[in-house]
Amino acid sequence: MLALSDFLILSALLFSISIAGIFLNRKNVLILLMCIELLLLAVNINFIAFSYYLGDTAGQVFVFFVLTVAAAEAAIGLAILVVLFRSRRSINVEDLDALKG
Amino acid sequence: MSFDHTMLYLTAPEITLALLASAVLLLDSFLKPSQRVLTYIATLLSLLIVFMVTFATHVDSSLMAFDGQYIRDPMSDVLKLSLFVLMAFVFVYAKDDLRRRGSERGEFYALGLFALLGMMIMISAASFLSLYLGLELLALCLYALVAFQRNSASGSEAAMKYFVLGALASGLLLYGISMVYGATGQLGFAAIAERLQQGQVDAVVMSFGLVFVVLGLAFKLGAVPFHMWVPDVYQGAPTSVTALIGSAPKVAAFAMAMRILVDALPSMQEQWQLMLIILAVLSLAVGNIVAIAQTNIKRMLAYSTISHVGFILLGLIAGTTVGYASAMFYALVYALTALGGFGLLMFISRQGFDAENLHDLKGLNERSPWYALMMMLVLFSMAGVPPTVGFFAKLAVLDAIIRVDLLWLAITAVIFSVIGAFYYLRVIKMMYFDKAECSEPLQASTDTRFALSLNGLAMIGLGIMPSALMSVCASVFA
Amino acid sequence: MDMKSIYLTIVLLPLLGALIAGLTCRVIPRALAHWITISSVALSCGLSLYVGKLFLLDHQEVFNQTIYTWMVVDGLHLQVGFLVDTLTAVMISVVTFVSLMVHIYTIGYMSHDEGYQRFFSYIALFTFAMLMLVMSNNFLQLFFGWEAVGLVSYLLIGFYVKRESAIFANMKAFIVNRVGDFGFILGIAAVAMYFGSLDYVEVFNKAPQLSDTSLSIMGDGSWSVLTVICILLFVGAMGKSAQVPLHVWLPDSMEGPTPISALIHAATMVTAGIFMVARMSPLYELSPTALSFVLIIGATTAFFMGLIGIVQNDIKRVIAYSTLSQLGYMVVALGVSAYAAGIFHLMTHAFFKALLFLAAGSVIIGMHHDQDIRNMGNIRKYMPITYVTFLIGTLALIGFPGFAGFFSKDAIISAVHASSLAGSGYAYWMVLAGVFVTALYSFRLFFIVFHGKERMDDHTREHLKESPWVVTLPLILLAIPSIFIGALAIEPLLFGPLFEGVIKVLPQHDVLETLREEFHGIGAFVLHGMMEPPFWLAMGGLFTAWFVYMKKPQMSEDIKQRLLPLYNILDNKYGFDDFNQKLFAGGSRALGSLLWKGGDVVLIDGLAVNGSAKSIGWFSSILRHIQTGYLYHYAMVMIVALLALLFWFV
Repeated sequence: MLALSDFLILSALLFSISIAGIFLNRKNVLILLMCIELLLLAVNINFIAFSYYLGDTAGQVFVFFVLTVAAAEAAIGLAILVVLFRSRRSINVEDLDALKG
Repeated sequence: MSFDHTMLYLTAPEITLALLASAVLLLDSFLKPSQRVLTYIATLLSLLIVFMVTFATHVDSSLMAFDGQYIRDPMSDVLKLSLFVLMAFVFVYAKDDLRRRGSERGEFYALGLFALLGMMIMISAASFLSLYLGLELLALCLYALVAFQRNSASGSEAAMKYFVLGALASGLLLYGISMVYGATGQLGFAAIAERLQQGQVDAVVMSFGLVFVVLGLAFKLGAVPFHMWVPDVYQGAPTSVTALIGSAPKVAAFAMAMRILVDALPSMQEQWQLMLIILAVLSLAVGNIVAIAQTNIKRMLAYSTISHVGFILLGLIAGTTVGYASAMFYALVYALTALGGFGLLMFISRQGFDAENLHDLKGLNERSPWYALMMMLVLFSMAGVPPTVGFFAKLAVLDAIIRVDLLWLAITAVIFSVIGAFYYLRVIKMMYFDKAECSEPLQASTDTRFALSLNGLAMIGLGIMPSALMSVCASVFA
Repeated sequence: MDMKSIYLTIVLLPLLGALIAGLTCRVIPRALAHWITISSVALSCGLSLYVGKLFLLDHQEVFNQTIYTWMVVDGLHLQVGFLVDTLTAVMISVVTFVSLMVHIYTIGYMSHDEGYQRFFSYIALFTFAMLMLVMSNNFLQLFFGWEAVGLVSYLLIGFYVKRESAIFANMKAFIVNRVGDFGFILGIAAVAMYFGSLDYVEVFNKAPQLSDTSLSIMGDGSWSVLTVICILLFVGAMGKSAQVPLHVWLPDSMEGPTPISALIHAATMVTAGIFMVARMSPLYELSPTALSFVLIIGATTAFFMGLIGIVQNDIKRVIAYSTLSQLGYMVVALGVSAYAAGIFHLMTHAFFKALLFLAAGSVIIGMHHDQDIRNMGNIRKYMPITYVTFLIGTLALIGFPGFAGFFSKDAIISAVHASSLAGSGYAYWMVLAGVFVTALYSFRLFFIVFHGKERMDDHTREHLKESPWVVTLPLILLAIPSIFIGALAIEPLLFGPLFEGVIKVLPQHDVLETLREEFHGIGAFVLHGMMEPPFWLAMGGLFTAWFVYMKKPQMSEDIKQRLLPLYNILDNKYGFDDFNQKLFAGGSRALGSLLWKGGDVVLIDGLAVNGSAKSIGWFSSILRHIQTGYLYHYAMVMIVALLALLFWFV
């Protein structure tokens, strides 16, 4: 039998991996998008685990909404990526430095 | 859960706006580019209708709908009504700007209306679920709007930064929500407050959750150190979009803070108060100091926003109804002031040229004394010079803070405001004492001119009679 | 219409007129500008006279109401409100009437001036500010009106913005008034501090409780709070009402256009100080020290400023010094607690002094804006209406029996005589001698300008003719009250119950009571007046002027040579200007440049201002580099902040 804490640790690990991905990755913007997806999935695990152990379905409903929003977010993210590539001919994270200071 | 027709009555503003926004989107797809003005008119009409609907269905006490997901109270009504006014200004200002950039497409209006819907849902959220949905609806619309000018490299860069950081922040917020959910087993704000009141909640998990939630909040408001997106997005986005981002969402973020901190987590006030103090002091310091070094005016205004967010936070920190009322007053006043600033900036821009740099404002007084005066009023209001309304907003917040014996905080805020006054006054000096670099006359349509004048005069009008708006703000917390 | 809306209309109409004329002054035609402002002021004047009638004849109830609360800070209400009682009714009637006359007169006087629209806007704005001042029911609004009339005065003294002397004069007026206002605002601050309210009625009701409170200003000396407040407020009045030693700006203010000299610097604004003290009578009554101070300042001004008038050669300056002297009389009346007499003299003076100025302006128009009386003479032949009205004004001024000034001045002199306040003996001799001086300089001016040899050049003489009707009509309209208002108003104002409850006089100070006992109708008052020393002194002054300047014109030069030291003292205006210029202006400049070089440039600019500005600027340029532009840095900052918060709070 898995304990609640096992799920929370798993989710925390996934969460940390995705965050590390966001600021360690300096090459491809696409990887950022993947990290964000992973981040949301880590949260989902949290919700489901709590929901299961609390015996309350609200958490699972929340997950459905998060999944939906994540899909919309990915769509927008990719659209912005396309626009970015068109205007810059690059999706390198390091090249995004025109705005600063 | 049974269906009750009073729910429709309570949620009428949101339902109406959802329908109208879809109608505007639909209408626009049938129009030729030359008929775009119809979309604009339809958008303003939609705002008028939803204003009237909200006003007609206004409530005097707080009522719930959708099984505790949605709340309608006087605060939400006042905030929504002011949002409609703010958005109307945004659309009026944006129209000329979009046309000038050759990117007047109907999607701007539709996205703007959907963003407004998102803000309304945030304001009326009674649980983390509806709050999250409103927040995302707003954020997704804004991401798209920042990249609205597709051929602009800085626009797409800003959009990408905003998107990644925004998604990260909402991921962190969600993580926090999941912690709060895990600790209390509830998503509704009232239910969470009740559970915390009863005790038997794991304090560590709650604090863990609180940190993440406050972070999400700070990101939305743009408080230091979660402010990094603000200057880049303000600068990169088309000015019309900056005007949108810089005004109404601050009001919605204020509502979000009220809902989470005051409605859901009042028993953790000591903790969040301290966190907000840190955020507020940092925001005041970084915002005001870094603004001085800016040469791009949009970027300068971005840092100015950050410092004003510090003031809004001060009102919340007071933790009293007077404090909340002053924070609300500040948020509304700031949104209107910022709109005036961005509106005038768009007004000064012309075909193929964005007024972006400080020296574009040089000699504005020679080119157009009236609008230079309006700009001066806006800047005075931002700096908090009496008798403009910005002075009273600052006064109210400081008063609230001093009443709870946080004198040092008030003094800190005043010192940073003094530093901040420098960069506002520098702009005024440029407008009035420097020679203009270009003498082209300024052009704008009549409605824009009217709106700009109204906006500018509101700074002084509300300053002479601040008690009207102030008493409205006070009454919703009474 | 209820009373509240009447009062609001009275105040707001001139403001509306001023705004319209002022904001559109570059586009609207001249005629429109004067029609807008004149009709607004005329309406306002009509309503004011109606209000005046209600109060003086129908015993209207006192109106005291807050119109708008601006803000409440720590229990201190900052608001706009009106207190209308008999005193206010008299003031608004006088102010709007004189203002209306001046408006009409301006059409003729300024007809060729570029700044025509601007000028009308200013005088309408002045009317608004003055009304706000006199109708106020609290100290804050009083201060607003006080500063607003000062501002308009400043703008109008420097109306000819390209004339250097005008700019100097308005700077001078501005700075001297700042000195007065410094005292005034300290006084208001003291009121707020000790009374916790700025509302007149509340303050007045609480005043007796504070009569024993004292405070120590420096060292061990302890002062009665009320005395300090009263003297501080009076310092403000000294600035505005040009009392020694803050009088120096008024003669120079004659650089402004003549209608302004009549309206602002003779009839209305300068009397604001008199009005203020009368309004504050419940405070002043409680402080004999402050009253003595007021009395001595007033008496000094009344006599010594009149003396200077004798040696002036600019037609407007003579009248300006006469104004100073007459203001001194009013202040003397306040000092001996004869507030009603002060207000009475204020009213009669407003009419005849406005008349004198406007008549002088009429002469100036005829003389093509030459103001030197040595170039005039025998103008009577060319300008009969101006001549007659000027004569009426002069007779009123010297207090010739039957004319307006006679009643008010006689009342003041009798009041001083009856007073037993410290300093009243000095004051009595000063005001008595002042009567002689007044008659001397007034008729000197009159004879030199209107009689004697024609000294103007031929070109001027050819064009010398009576002014147009817009100029002479106000003269005639002002001449009427200059004759009759004294006889009409003396009984109700001085001896009637009109000021009961408005002006407070303690029984032991009530000098007017003595006069009241002796008063047996106007006829008797006139007859009695003709047997008193003031009348004979005035006649003596008149005769001396006639003898010296008409009969033996060379005698004046003779006297001048013989009394050269005295003449020089007078010609130098007792050296006030030099003294101020050298000691205050020069001294403060020397001190200023010392502080500037030593303190400012090195310490404040160098270290504090520029130093802090530079270091903040430097800090700012460093801090902005945190914003590297790289996404992963932004994310990292967020995460680091998150971790920091987590460590702190969990």
